[in-house]
Amino acid sequence: MSDRAPEVAETPKRSVPPPAADHGHGDDHGHAHDAHDAHDAHGDHDPIHAANPHLAHHFDTPQQQFDAGKLGIWLFLLTEVLFFAGLFCAYTVYRAMRPEVFVYAHYFLDTRLGALNTCVLLVSSLTAAWAVRNAQLSQHRLLKLNIVITIACACTFMLIKFVEYRHKFNDGLLPGPRFAPTEQVWELPSFKKKHPEAAEYAEHLLKRAEKKNAPAVAAPAAAVGMPATTGASPAPSPTETAEAPGVGKKPAAEAVAQVARPNAAAATPGENAEEHEARPTEEQLEPLIAAGVIGPKAENRDVPSRPRNAHVFFSCYFFMTGLHGIHVLVGIGIWIWLLFKANKKVFGPNYFGPIDYTALYWHLVDLIWIYLFPLLYLIH
Amino acid sequence: MAEHATVTEPADAHAGGHDDHGLAHTMPIWMLFAVLGLLLLLTILTVSVTSFDLGSQGNLIVAMVIATVKAALVVSFFMHLFWDKKFHLILFFTSILFLILFLSMAVTDRGEYDKDVEAFRAAQAQLNQK
Repeated sequence: MSDRAPEVAETPKRSVPPPAADHGHGDDHGHAHDAHDAHDAHGDHDPIHAANPHLAHHFDTPQQQFDAGKLGIWLFLLTEVLFFAGLFCAYTVYRAMRPEVFVYAHYFLDTRLGALNTCVLLVSSLTAAWAVRNAQLSQHRLLKLNIVITIACACTFMLIKFVEYRHKFNDGLLPGPRFAPTEQVWELPSFKKKHPEAAEYAEHLLKRAEKKNAPAVAAPAAAVGMPATTGASPAPSPTETAEAPGVGKKPAAEAVAQVARPNAAAATPGENAEEHEARPTEEQLEPLIAAGVIGPKAENRDVPSRPRNAHVFFSCYFFMTGLHGIHVLVGIGIWIWLLFKANKKVFGPNYFGPIDYTALYWHLVDLIWIYLFPLLYLIH
Repeated sequence: MAEHATVTEPADAHAGGHDDHGLAHTMPIWMLFAVLGLLLLLTILTVSVTSFDLGSQGNLIVAMVIATVKAALVVSFFMHLFWDKKFHLILFFTSILFLILFLSMAVTDRGEYDKDVEAFRAAQAQLNQK
């Protein structure tokens, strides 16, 4: 703490008008007025404007211009926080209501890519902050270099995001009615690595359910069609049973449901006493129940499946990362514009506002990712 | 510390000795890199901590605490709020305050409609049985 003190002490030697900075809150407007009054006392506007080609005519001093812009960008960042708050709210409420959906879905996300993206964005934040310093100190070449690195990092981020999105599109991990995952969660390497016993157990349950299906179909139930179960069932059982002549998918599924309903978690031997198998261990059951593959939260009680409304996670995922990605794209655009300006060497100690404000925006985008990463990728 | 003062000197000279230089605080380079190092370390920490089971909500709490420490680092150093006008700090905290209000209000009534949903599901199931 103590070695920071000289740095703080260094600041007062700046500024034309009496620095309102250390006075605390609410002084901002007063500050602008001070500058104005100080100026009117001098009675002449021209020398300052002549010396500062980038000082707009409606500002008296570079300090006033800078402070006005800074207040503006902070107000904008405030609205940005509240803008993302809506999505964070949707996420929080749904996670509180349906934790199993998030446990289920996080196995589909690649933590390594997410962590890599975090690092890329953090490095770009460093170069953005460094670029502000470069602009303040008129280090034109370093400024350009840092802007270029920032843009490069941002493009890398978008590229990795693109790879992730393409992967999800290919795997049917889409929001809303298009959600049709091509893989079961227990087949995923991320699941198998973490819970090998549970993955095996899910396979075992699936096979057993398939075996059960056959007799159930042989004695066709008089059940009439029920849309919910079949439409939702991802397991191969419907296709298998559909081969039996004269029996449609829906009745078959219904029959299975009637036969197998009580042993959803397979912990209770129930009516399947003939199968005297070892009681599944905690390691086998717990990850599957937590992920909504089996148990009361599962979409299909008869075979290992997935939690109800699992697609909502991907709505959250795509909206949150998508909106964040749009912000990154906008940031890239602004940085490119600033690169052109920096190339003309317009930035210096009296005019670095655009760099500073863009860097602030960029840090906020980084800030949002800092929260998105653990919330989406690191679910336990 | 002295060398940082000398780093800023040339800029002052460029500004022609006029007192309208240094509109805001300038971050020393070592501090920028120190903050980045800390942020990367915390990223590694938050990833590695997921392999430990810390109870039902423990992992979420730890992840959020680490994220908040990272956010504090970014806000106070990269975003200069440590040296900036306190008014900007208040603005920022206002947004956080309203974010927290928004989330907590929304979370309090999340279970309000569970009964209706369950009743609907039961009715649906009965319909299907018939």
